[in-house]
Amino acid sequence: MADAIVVENLNKSFGDKHVVRDVSLTVAEGKVTGFLGPNGSGKTTTMRMLCGLLTPDSGAGSCFGLDIVRDSRRIKRLTGYMTQKFSLYEDMTIEENLMFVARVYGMTDRRRRVTEALVKLGLETRRRQVAGALSGGWKQRLALAAATLHEPRLLLLDEPTAGVDPKARREFWDEIHALAAEGLTVMVSTHYMDEAERCHDIAYIAYGQLIARGTVDELVDRSGLSTYVGEGAGADRLVAELAGQPGVEMVAPFGSSIHVSGPDAEALKAAIAPFDKAPYTWHPGRPTIEDVFIHLMNRSEDNFQ
Amino acid sequence: MISGTRITAVMIKEFIQLTRDRLTYAMILGVPIMQLLLFGFAINTDPRDLPAVLLDLDNSAYSRSVAAAIRNTGYFTFTEEARGPEDINDAIETGAAQFAVTIPADFSRRVVRDNDPQVLVEADASDPTTVGSALAALANLPTQALAHDLSGPTARAPAVPPFEMVIHRRYNPEAITAYNIVPGLLGIVLTMTLVMMTALALTRERERGTMETLLSTPVEPIEVMIGKLAPYVGIGFIQTVIILVLARLIFGVPLSGGWDALILGVLMFIVGSLALGFLFSTVAKSQLQAMQMSVFYLLPSILLSGFMFPFRGMPEWAQAIGTAIPVTHFLRVVRSALLKGVGMADTWPSLAALAIFVLVVSAAAMSRYRTTLD
Repeated sequence: MADAIVVENLNKSFGDKHVVRDVSLTVAEGKVTGFLGPNGSGKTTTMRMLCGLLTPDSGAGSCFGLDIVRDSRRIKRLTGYMTQKFSLYEDMTIEENLMFVARVYGMTDRRRRVTEALVKLGLETRRRQVAGALSGGWKQRLALAAATLHEPRLLLLDEPTAGVDPKARREFWDEIHALAAEGLTVMVSTHYMDEAERCHDIAYIAYGQLIARGTVDELVDRSGLSTYVGEGAGADRLVAELAGQPGVEMVAPFGSSIHVSGPDAEALKAAIAPFDKAPYTWHPGRPTIEDVFIHLMNRSEDNFQ
Repeated sequence: MISGTRITAVMIKEFIQLTRDRLTYAMILGVPIMQLLLFGFAINTDPRDLPAVLLDLDNSAYSRSVAAAIRNTGYFTFTEEARGPEDINDAIETGAAQFAVTIPADFSRRVVRDNDPQVLVEADASDPTTVGSALAALANLPTQALAHDLSGPTARAPAVPPFEMVIHRRYNPEAITAYNIVPGLLGIVLTMTLVMMTALALTRERERGTMETLLSTPVEPIEVMIGKLAPYVGIGFIQTVIILVLARLIFGVPLSGGWDALILGVLMFIVGSLALGFLFSTVAKSQLQAMQMSVFYLLPSILLSGFMFPFRGMPEWAQAIGTAIPVTHFLRVVRSALLKGVGMADTWPSLAALAIFVLVVSAAAMSRYRTTLD
């Protein structure tokens, strides 16, 4: 399949803060790519450079064969961008907002297409309600409808599900995958691990650098982490004792069990050895994607501090 | 119970936020000082050296003495010698001269024969304040002006003035202040509302975050600007009609004509004020800053434009600032049209100044507007 986005060595600084460093990235068409990384790692900045909202200081790239600097106006027509914060007009009705978007993109047959979008959203009865009065979940659905109204080929979603309830999130992701099945390329930034697992592909960025790329399974396999799961009454209370032990990078209670992982299998074994006694039982587990990210985060902190 | 600690907590927080917003801080401290100095030195309600034209048809020792006496009051500067009555009319209508002095051809003959000699002083009295002191200074002039010339056989009784000074207050013979203030108010009202409205236009989008969506669409800067300003052009015209109708009905302000200049002037002034507001909103970081900039612009528009205080009374540097303010030119167009009934032919310099203002400010606003968030 063709590549929707190809960028090389993108850089962006704000003042003396180097926010994006030499990011090179390829995104295949029709794929949902998850964009992960700690807060302030440059996810939003990278996305804004892709859709022409920011001009890169250096580096080059293309979206659908169009240069991201020179052809940013044409890229804007092919791109739908959903901002982190709700950014439609809160004092206008749902229908007025969609009509505005339809006009700005110079769409034909606007009335019919807006009505279709309203029906699809399940908002046709509330079309005259002002957008500001909607709940978080509905605002997010409206924003998605607005971002996809002009039938873009690339959809950029910046933490679209922050503050949205699980059911609405589930429906949102079903919608994203339905769109991707129709050939839309989606790039979505998130902090939720379950959402990361719903992506075809992951790009992990920290301190402005792209440090991991691949499917969830590939990232877990490649991480080299070992994980043990401890069970037994009170196993979850061992967190305080295990945390900070040599070889233990990550320790987390999961209900009444405990989950420890670290890059060095031998050191990890040694760390849990003192607790390998009744009532506790230990067995090797598979690292979760969360383990992998915390590991990646720790490693990049070491590199940059 | 009122707690001192809690009050202090709020106070300290306010103070920290105040110092974070440098522009506000600078305005609170710097602006009063600047304005005190600026307006304290600039404003003068007793303007001297007002431009006048002289038409001396007599050209005698007597007429020259009268002209010299008028000049010596300090209120009049003869900027040109008129060749005929048409020159006088031109000078007053275009506003090149505030006064015109006509000494008739038979002046000295009539003085010698003591046969009701008269000197005509015409004043552009559309602004009563500007001409008030100057005309008052002429009151005692006839008794002294010819004192040296009329000695010996032609000497008169000291209490009887040898000639009469006829004063025509043109355009506003009853010296009604409202005739001058109300048309001027049109400029101030349009400035106040339109600059502020558009100054908030972009900052509001930025503060609410909607700017990001707007920028991610293919809409071009010029499209945003025209689209945002167009509704306010309509609002500006509605305001203009309301003010003019009320000026006529309530204050009896004459609507003498000059409609071509008036309509063109109003259109350019509205567009220019809107573009200026748009420029402010590309510079301001918040709606508060945009409001402050608008107020900062409004003050000289009121004080240095000739709206409240005589333009010709200000020192040259203040007149230079006034000339750079579009309201100054707009007021001249509006007052000329409404009070004098003169059109484009006579007010074209002010209209040209407004056109330059529109072009410069629009270009600046366009170049400041960014299609990216950089």
